Amino acid sequence: MTTKQLESPLYESLQAQFEIVSLQDQHEATKAYRTQAMETFRALGFPSIKNEEWRFANVLPLVKTTYEVSADKNAQISEETLAHAQSLIAAHKEDILPKLKGEEKGAYRLVTINGVFSKELSFLPDNAGITISTIGEAVDHPGYQEYFGKIVTLENNAFASLNSAMFTDGLFIELKANTVLDMPIHIIKVKLASGNALFQPRNLFIVRKNAQMDVIETYISDADNEAAILINGVSEIALEENAHFFHYDIQKGCKNIRKIQRNEAVQQKHSNYSNYTFTFPGSSFTRNNLTIHLNDEAIESHLYGLYLTAGEQLVDNHTEVHHKKPNGESNQLYKGIIMDKSKAVFNGKIYVYEDAQKTNAFQQSNNVLFSEQATVHAKPQLEIFADDVKCSHGTTIGQLNKEAIFYLKSRGIGEEQAKQLMVKAFAFDVAEKIKIPALRSYVEEMIIEEMKGH
Amino acid sequence: MLSIKNLHARVEDKEILKGLNLEVKAGEVHAIMGPNGAGKSSLASVLAGRENYEVTEGSVTLDGKDILEMAPEERAREGVFLAFQYPIEIPGVSNINFLKTALNEIRTHRGLDPMTAKEFLQKSKEKQALVEFDAKLVNRSLNEGFSGGEKKRNEIFQLAMLEPKLAILDETDSGLDIDALRIVSRGVNKLRSENNAFILITHYQRLLDYIVPDYVHVLSDGKIVKTGGKELALELEEKGYDWLK
Ligand SMILES: Nc1ncnc2c1ncn2[C@@H]1O[C@H](COP(=O)(O)OP(=O)(O)OP(=O)(O)O)[C@@H](O)[C@H]1O
Ligand SMILES: [Mg+2]
Repeated sequence: MTTKQLESPLYESLQAQFEIVSLQDQHEATKAYRTQAMETFRALGFPSIKNEEWRFANVLPLVKTTYEVSADKNAQISEETLAHAQSLIAAHKEDILPKLKGEEKGAYRLVTINGVFSKELSFLPDNAGITISTIGEAVDHPGYQEYFGKIVTLENNAFASLNSAMFTDGLFIELKANTVLDMPIHIIKVKLASGNALFQPRNLFIVRKNAQMDVIETYISDADNEAAILINGVSEIALEENAHFFHYDIQKGCKNIRKIQRNEAVQQKHSNYSNYTFTFPGSSFTRNNLTIHLNDEAIESHLYGLYLTAGEQLVDNHTEVHHKKPNGESNQLYKGIIMDKSKAVFNGKIYVYEDAQKTNAFQQSNNVLFSEQATVHAKPQLEIFADDVKCSHGTTIGQLNKEAIFYLKSRGIGEEQAKQLMVKAFAFDVAEKIKIPALRSYVEEMIIEEMKGH
Repeated sequence: MLSIKNLHARVEDKEILKGLNLEVKAGEVHAIMGPNGAGKSSLASVLAGRENYEVTEGSVTLDGKDILEMAPEERAREGVFLAFQYPIEIPGVSNINFLKTALNEIRTHRGLDPMTAKEFLQKSKEKQALVEFDAKLVNRSLNEGFSGGEKKRNEIFQLAMLEPKLAILDETDSGLDIDALRIVSRGVNKLRSENNAFILITHYQRLLDYIVPDYVHVLSDGKIVKTGGKELALELEEKGYDWLK
């Protein structure tokens, strides 16, 4: 191993676990894919901070922990866990669902508990145009055969490789051509564990021609839980011609959660993929990799990010946008409010390939440091090989405008509330991009809630 | 109402106010004039509680309460209002939400219930009419993209909404066209009462034709160097400030 890799007992134990996972997999193509991915992972190892892509996200504490690896593909949820999950979901619903216009009226609900899909707790669309199943059940589905493992980039991605080798659960959602879902699908992911645990969910979303869906992902874990939970997730996303996918990832977890997520999307002509990754205080380590391939002409991609961080949290967003064909438009807007001793990272890559003339690619990252000990590293990286393109990027890091705060205070508004108003204003242009009004107000209220006392 | 005694204040080690005295009683209007850089805005800032000013000596009381000890928001709740010489733009903060928040903070401080949306709207309409403030501006972001004159009018609209005891208008007349000046003055005159007081900082005697002051003071080099009636403004307009030095 080179110095760009970390030595860890986890690495060793994963090798052993891999054999079990592989043996359990009855599907030849998937099995071959796993083996290949494991080889890639072995060659890469866990990245150290000497690896440029992981410079500010030290995974050493994560991989030093030993985790129970969920290797059993046929894991069942115990009665006790189910009951516990149910009560947590009830509380979560109180929190978020009323804002989605009342229970089971504003959104479909899809529940997974420790990665296992719970039909019992879900409320699914009754629509022949949609297929929802576990990833394991989907192996014979044409959509699976067409896209599974073909979207995510394993090269130089140790965690994605590991996920590809060892995933045991996840969701498969396919929207057939011309299907437009009437309500968003709210995916609630419950993570409960009595000991340290590693989860590696693997999802595949396919939105066929002219189809449209909204997906909201949220997380629940147990606030009292001390056990370290590492989630190493991968979602592959395919948008066919003129497909629209609005994908909301609302990340708010407890301190014991460490999360590395890779979302990778491929897009066809006239499609629109809009990703909203909003991270709130909670989980101690969050790394989001969002990669989009504009594989055809006249594609739109929107990447909206908001990170409000507190405590000693780390939130690291890495984006990659690949413009491969002409007339594409990508738009990245990331806003961060970094409080306490927390740390935020934004690294945004835009590649404009030689063929991608008339590309419009924009990127903006604005950050507000809320305390002297908060840090942020923001870096745009543009590589442009076409000549007729419009690209722009901007990064700002600053404090809240003191003059503005004085103005608000001089009208009788207290310090804390003045700051809240300013932060809400700062986040406004990202928040207003949320197309579901109830979700938008949920997010805006959460900003205020999480800022209390800062 | 307001009593300023021997006020000394500095900003970044530079002494700006050098022993200033001023008494303002309820129902009065005081004009403060004086050369550029004399310390007029500094006085306004010290009264409003701007943090970079350090008071080194003297006292300021409002109805007997020491306001120098208070945070800016507490002073506002006690009834101090500063119409800024250069109102700041705050994109993303809606003018009307901001005002509603401010008004309700002040009401809470006075032991009143927060206003309902309906009451607030009613009051807002009334005050908009009073200062002829464009309804379109009310719903925009705070001062964002407002013209200089529109910003000044917004200050007066806020003044009308918040109904302070003591209003300090720092060059609100500068940058106003003649119609706006008339409208703003008419607004201020309607807001004048037995229970409140105004301090008008201005360079132009023109304003004082519309809002007739009880006293005119000259502030020069950090002190009040001369006090007179409204005729002093005319004299200053004619002679400038040099003869006072
Ligand atoms: N932050 C600061 N740092 C240093 N000097 C300052 C600061 N703020 C104000 N001053 C100085 O204080 C003095 C008084 O300024 P002030 O703005 O109070 O004058 P003014 O009487 O309002 O003038 P004008 O009529 O031009 O508005 C000026 O010399 C100014 O340069
Ligand atoms: Mg001034």
